Amino acid sequence: MAQKLLEVGDLTKRFGGFVALENISLEVAPGDRLGLIGPNGSGKSTLVNCICGTLRNDGGTVRFDGAPVNGLRTHQRTRLGMARSFQLPRPFASMSVADNLRIPLIYTVGARAGAHLSASEVEDRCGDLLKLVGLDDKARQWPRDLTQVEMRKLELARAMAAEPKLLMADEAMAGLSPSEVADIVSLLIRLNERGVTIILIEHIMSAVMRFSQRLVVLVSGRKIADGAPQDVIQDPDVVRAYLGQ
Amino acid sequence: MRSSTFFLCAAAVAAAVFGLSRLIEYEYFFFAGYVVLQYIVLATGWNILGGYTGYVNFGSAAFFAIGAYASVAIHKTFPLPIPVLIVIGGLISGLVGLGMGYLTLRLRGAFFAIATLALAVVVQTLVTNWDFVGGSRGAYILRPASAPLVGSYIEYLFLVMLVLATIAVSTARAIERSRLGYGFATIRDDELAAEASGVPTLRLKLIATTLSGAFMGMAGAPLPYYVTYLDPASGFSLTYAVNSIAMPLVGGTTTWIGPLVGAVLLGTIQQIATVTISSAVNLLIVGLILIAFVIVAPNGLVGLVEGWLRKRVM
Repeated sequence: MAQKLLEVGDLTKRFGGFVALENISLEVAPGDRLGLIGPNGSGKSTLVNCICGTLRNDGGTVRFDGAPVNGLRTHQRTRLGMARSFQLPRPFASMSVADNLRIPLIYTVGARAGAHLSASEVEDRCGDLLKLVGLDDKARQWPRDLTQVEMRKLELARAMAAEPKLLMADEAMAGLSPSEVADIVSLLIRLNERGVTIILIEHIMSAVMRFSQRLVVLVSGRKIADGAPQDVIQDPDVVRAYLGQ
Repeated sequence: MRSSTFFLCAAAVAAAVFGLSRLIEYEYFFFAGYVVLQYIVLATGWNILGGYTGYVNFGSAAFFAIGAYASVAIHKTFPLPIPVLIVIGGLISGLVGLGMGYLTLRLRGAFFAIATLALAVVVQTLVTNWDFVGGSRGAYILRPASAPLVGSYIEYLFLVMLVLATIAVSTARAIERSRLGYGFATIRDDELAAEASGVPTLRLKLIATTLSGAFMGMAGAPLPYYVTYLDPASGFSLTYAVNSIAMPLVGGTTTWIGPLVGAVLLGTIQQIATVTISSAVNLLIVGLILIAFVIVAPNGLVGLVEGWLRKRVM
């Protein structure tokens, strides 16, 4: 079997007496487009936070690219090749749009072994990324001047600037119009075609179905389904969790 | 402008200031000027942590006094030249800054501010009960009869502080434009997003608390020779804590120029008020100016000017 990029084994996370995640196991192969869905409060964001080190898991392991990452801090995991975008965009408000992208270029790409970036290389990559997400004419503006959809694009671009192997997009499309959603989905598919493995966390089912090659469903901190999207959405447990019975 | 070029320019400005000040006949100018320069160093030091990373330190007086009391302790055992005392004072208070950083890593916002205030109280209690440096009685420092280079001791102190202020401001500016400065700004804006972008926030915070503490300690190191009598109440005075916060806030906290402008402005006003009105009115003036700025120009003078320039361009 081919080497997995991400292996989550029996991951458990508790907040006091509340079990947010219970024995979650999940494998993601390089190049996958995985959709992660579940009702509000089912633990999707908590799972992302545990994978990228924002939260410490209470039990279980996370292996990335063949090596365990338990105990590593978020920035170390980012340097290994994990990146995430935040559910609510969290731009660096006092910096221009271009400077927002320079941070991961300087601190992640430039900090990897043998990959020192010169100032002009940083500029070039920054320009490429802005073009990729369609923000090239906003480079010198401040995040506060961006529209909601532009802010989401900046969020994705900043995650991409770290040149990740795995991108976790946490509700990158919430609150956007259908055409904007289509915009972001095609952006994510373009990124995937460049070789980036993507986990998409999303509520908008049309987007999830268009994007995902595989679907994982979380309900109340448990994984209840994992498989081809068409099969998963017909799974009786999933239907029950979403529609009630 | 490159940092080295800037340093040369700053040094030239400092040399010009010193040259011009030599033309002034009365010594009081140096007494007052020393205090203003000392506040430039203190405010710039505070701003490396408070302005660049957004961690508000209420314990500035402790770092300042650590620098001052290190000098007292050394003076009592083996007197050394003031520049050496500044280096030692900076090292000690830098270490205390590092320690404070370690102890307060998980605290943010108001909680961090309260912890730093608590640190100041602890340090003050320790010094008050340390008999060797005079305890609560205070310590007398006998200045040497003459000073190296310039002869007059107060002119010498003024010169030393001028050099230190030049170094502090140049360092702050160099940090601001470096990789480090970018990292500090991400901590101020959003620590979680900073970590996710690969910024080692913990290490950068420790660098900031150390550098900031070191500069504030350096600002205090020559103090015993300036006042010649130092007791805990004056070394740990509220004035230092308030001024080191108020000056960057009035000037603007995101750039090196803010603390410089704030310190020159507030420092000069206070010195003038001391001789014309009364020395007790100082903090009142600072308080009123601070309130005015919080309402009218929350981003300080620098923010005010930037906003004005932006409007003119558009």
